[in-house]
Amino acid sequence: MAETLLKVEGLQAWYGESHILHGVGFEIGRGELVTLLGRNGAGKTTTLKSVMGIVEKRTGSVTFEGKETVGQPSDSIARLGLAYCPEERGIFSSLNVEENLLLPPMVRPGGMSLGEIYQLFPNLQERRRSQGTKLSGGEQQMLAIGRILRTGANLLLLDEPTEGLAPVIVQRIGEIIRQLKGRGFTILLVEQNFHFAAAVADRHYIMEDGHVVDIMTAGDVKQNIGKLQAYLGV
Amino acid sequence: MFELIGIPPQALFGQLLLGLINGAFYAMLSLGLAVIFGMLNVINFTHGAQYMMGAFAAWLMLGILDVPFWASLVLAPILVGLFGVVLERVMLKRIYHLDHLYGFLLTFGLALVIEGLFQWKWGSSGAPYPNPIPGGYNLGFMFMPTYRGFVVLAALVICLATWYGIERTKLGAYLRAATENPTLVRAFGINVPRLITLTYGLGVGLAALAGVLAAPIQQVSALMGTNLVLVVFAVVVIGGMGSIMGSIVTGFGLGLIEGLTKVFYPPASNTVIFVVMALVLLIKPAGLFGQTK
Amino acid sequence: MVGQMMTPSQGMIVAAAVAVLALAAPWFAYPVFLMTALCFALFACAFNLLLGYAGLMSFGHAMFFGMAGYFYGHVVKAWDMPPELGLLAGVGGAALLGLVTGALAIRRQGIYFAMITLAFAQMVYFFCIQAPFTHGEDGLQGIVRKPLLGGLIPTKDDRVLYYVVLAIFLFGYGAIYRFIHSPFGQVLKAIRDNEQRALSLGYEADRYKLLAFVLSAALAGLAGATKAMVLQFATLTDVSAAMSGEVVLMALVGGLGTIIGPVIGAFIIITMQNYLAATGEFVLVIQGVIFVVIVMAFRKGVVGEFSEWWKARRSGPRERPAAAD
Repeated sequence: MAETLLKVEGLQAWYGESHILHGVGFEIGRGELVTLLGRNGAGKTTTLKSVMGIVEKRTGSVTFEGKETVGQPSDSIARLGLAYCPEERGIFSSLNVEENLLLPPMVRPGGMSLGEIYQLFPNLQERRRSQGTKLSGGEQQMLAIGRILRTGANLLLLDEPTEGLAPVIVQRIGEIIRQLKGRGFTILLVEQNFHFAAAVADRHYIMEDGHVVDIMTAGDVKQNIGKLQAYLGV
Repeated sequence: MFELIGIPPQALFGQLLLGLINGAFYAMLSLGLAVIFGMLNVINFTHGAQYMMGAFAAWLMLGILDVPFWASLVLAPILVGLFGVVLERVMLKRIYHLDHLYGFLLTFGLALVIEGLFQWKWGSSGAPYPNPIPGGYNLGFMFMPTYRGFVVLAALVICLATWYGIERTKLGAYLRAATENPTLVRAFGINVPRLITLTYGLGVGLAALAGVLAAPIQQVSALMGTNLVLVVFAVVVIGGMGSIMGSIVTGFGLGLIEGLTKVFYPPASNTVIFVVMALVLLIKPAGLFGQTK
Repeated sequence: MVGQMMTPSQGMIVAAAVAVLALAAPWFAYPVFLMTALCFALFACAFNLLLGYAGLMSFGHAMFFGMAGYFYGHVVKAWDMPPELGLLAGVGGAALLGLVTGALAIRRQGIYFAMITLAFAQMVYFFCIQAPFTHGEDGLQGIVRKPLLGGLIPTKDDRVLYYVVLAIFLFGYGAIYRFIHSPFGQVLKAIRDNEQRALSLGYEADRYKLLAFVLSAALAGLAGATKAMVLQFATLTDVSAAMSGEVVLMALVGGLGTIIGPVIGAFIIITMQNYLAATGEFVLVIQGVIFVVIVMAFRKGVVGEFSEWWKARRSGPRERPAAAD
């Protein structure tokens, strides 16, 4: 494995009084694409939000490039070089497409330029003056991914980017994610659609009830397909 | 010019100008309330007191340090805005997680304290502030005092600048986005708590700026903002707080309606805005420019 | 609220003590002060009925309280009618005003509701400044006390009148108690807690809210008319926004949503005003400070904080204090 970029150890997290994560651990090397798989309610989204600091009530350790982030607010964590694309996409209706794209501030040098992003998502350029939420679901997803590429963040946290999208779009997003990996982005992907995940990822962490219960590399998936299906309940 | 339905044009245009001036203050104050509510989820009951503080800051600076009006126009909003920043840091930020009503009660209490202290120190009778640009123009159909014309223009510029700042600049984009989804904006690396403090400071500064503009027209007194803020609440209910342009248009429009009422049926001029509010509630409860709920 | 915290025998002792205190009060406290406090206590209970049990915070309740005073004064003084009719006019007038303003105000919720009621109250205030029957800034003065029940009850004696006011207060308080514990009150609480759910169960939420609003306005009117009867005047102060704020403060100090809280809050605030009357503007400053302190630190009010402390003391350290709010 490459040099470790993100290391999560014994991560516990709470929403109000309810205890959601019970000691999650995993790590990601620089340039890797890793997924968190699991059923609804397994704690995948909470894991992303805890890494990002959006879920504030958390203990354990999350280090990014060796720096501890537990205890820091989410804006400081983002400034270390993590970028987050939420499940509900979070497109701002009072901002047009270009304003949405330009919203996240630069946190490091070396991000993609607006031109490069439009090259990747030509639709967005065509509709740059439209209200953000007037776009189709697929376009909104592309906008949600596109806007975190400018910032120079090198770890992207993507929460179910294929949810509710047509197969053609899912395929297109798969291509884009592979391209991003090719450009050197490190990606932590949360997915329910494991066919999609299997096609793009180097490694899978399987979650159940707020724990990581298994790890599979891309090569293991074929032999363990039955086991994986049992985990995911498909 | 001919008489209009028995009303001499001097009286008509005079009242319309007065209405426009009142409308200018409604617009500036409701704008600040709307921006603050969007970010803080607090209806800033202290707005009237902060408007009064703006006027007092100008009056005190003139009396003690001989600071001219034009400098006060810049300095007073900054001073009162900084006071707002302190208020937000020390008190308001601790109650954002509670029901909106608590913010209303807290800022109501603060308004009582501030107005009470000013009344105790300077009485409630009021002091005049000299007109910085005396004189006027005879427009043929009416006499236009220069300063009053200036106030209307200045208010328009201030309102449009606020609109531009929110709708067309980067900081404005942060503001709009954080009004919708502060958590996500923060996760992009923007210091949202600081943005909220800044918004409150700006909103309060806007109220103080309106206060400085009002000083040469009205008597500077501790209670000059007390009734005004209540009328502005009605303006905000009528316009809805969703749209910046909506606040501006509603503010000026209601001022004009008030002025016209003064011409045609003076006894109702104090209450006409509330009657409009009742009508709007009947016809379009979310307000003229508001989104539903 | 208080009843639930004590054993039945303890409850009886407290109730008996309160009854003796209420009956003997005019012999060791100034009766006019007691009557004023009772009027405000009823006013605060009426306000709290709306906030605590319908979840609607009115910031304009002074319009009912103050207008009822004017109605009472006008009927009794200008029309020279018996005081019973004056009280009735106060209650009826306030209820009617509540019907009109309430029907409009409940079209919005939360903070807008507060602003709308405040705005309507301000409209009523401006109206009262100009309307001839209120006598503007001078107020309606010299509403002479007349005997009640066709001469059976003389009211010139403050102590006699105190018992009348006590009876009126108990009547109003009892009406609120009955209302809260009726099926109607239960539906109202369901709407407060989850309006969508109540709607889906087929309850017309707006109608329940409006009725609660009218009832609250009527009782505030009863309080205002009674106050005019006691003090023999009605003035602009009682319809002002400051008065609307004062009643919120009373309920807040006592404890929002507790049935006894507003009574205690009213007595605390009226006592405080009595002692501070000489300090002028500082009454307002101190009221403002109380608002700030309560919102920042004691959101449950006197009764809420006390009952929490009492529960914690009785249940020992093992049990956590119940999460309120």
